[in-house]
Amino acid sequence: MPLEAHIKEHPVYFHRFDALWTPSVIILDWKGNERFRMEGYLPKDEFRAQLELGLARVAFMNKNWAEAERRYAAVLDRYPDSKAAPDALYWKGVSHYKATNDHTILGELPGIFQEKYPDSIWAQKTIAWT
Amino acid sequence: MKVQWSTDADGALAEAKEQKKPVLIDFSAAPA
Repeated sequence: MPLEAHIKEHPVYFHRFDALWTPSVIILDWKGNERFRMEGYLPKDEFRAQLELGLARVAFMNKNWAEAERRYAAVLDRYPDSKAAPDALYWKGVSHYKATNDHTILGELPGIFQEKYPDSIWAQKTIAWT
Repeated sequence: MKVQWSTDADGALAEAKEQKKPVLIDFSAAPA
């Protein structure tokens, strides 16, 4: 459901959803819980990648592991060179683990990160799984 | 495909709940 909130026409929405900066995009799940927030301008492809990351986050937070894994995989597939890709790789692995309880994927992630996104903060977060 | 933006927050939230779909809110200060 796309909802438009312009600061002059709908200032009450800024207060209601704690939006303090523009442009901002917030994604709520169907229950109205905030699941993702993006503040500040981004170029088109990075913006799209972040939006898709947000939809994956909605699925993840609703414990819909299979959909989350599929959505994170789609971000990696469509935007492999974006800033969203390392996030997607990390959470795709976690989603798979959550769905299957098979920790093999977590053990594989540090090597994949070293190869593809060694400078990412997410690479450091996988070191514990080495 | 053109996006049909709503400006009715309560309506969008109610529709999202009914259809079990997420809500995307675009906060803007751009000139119309």
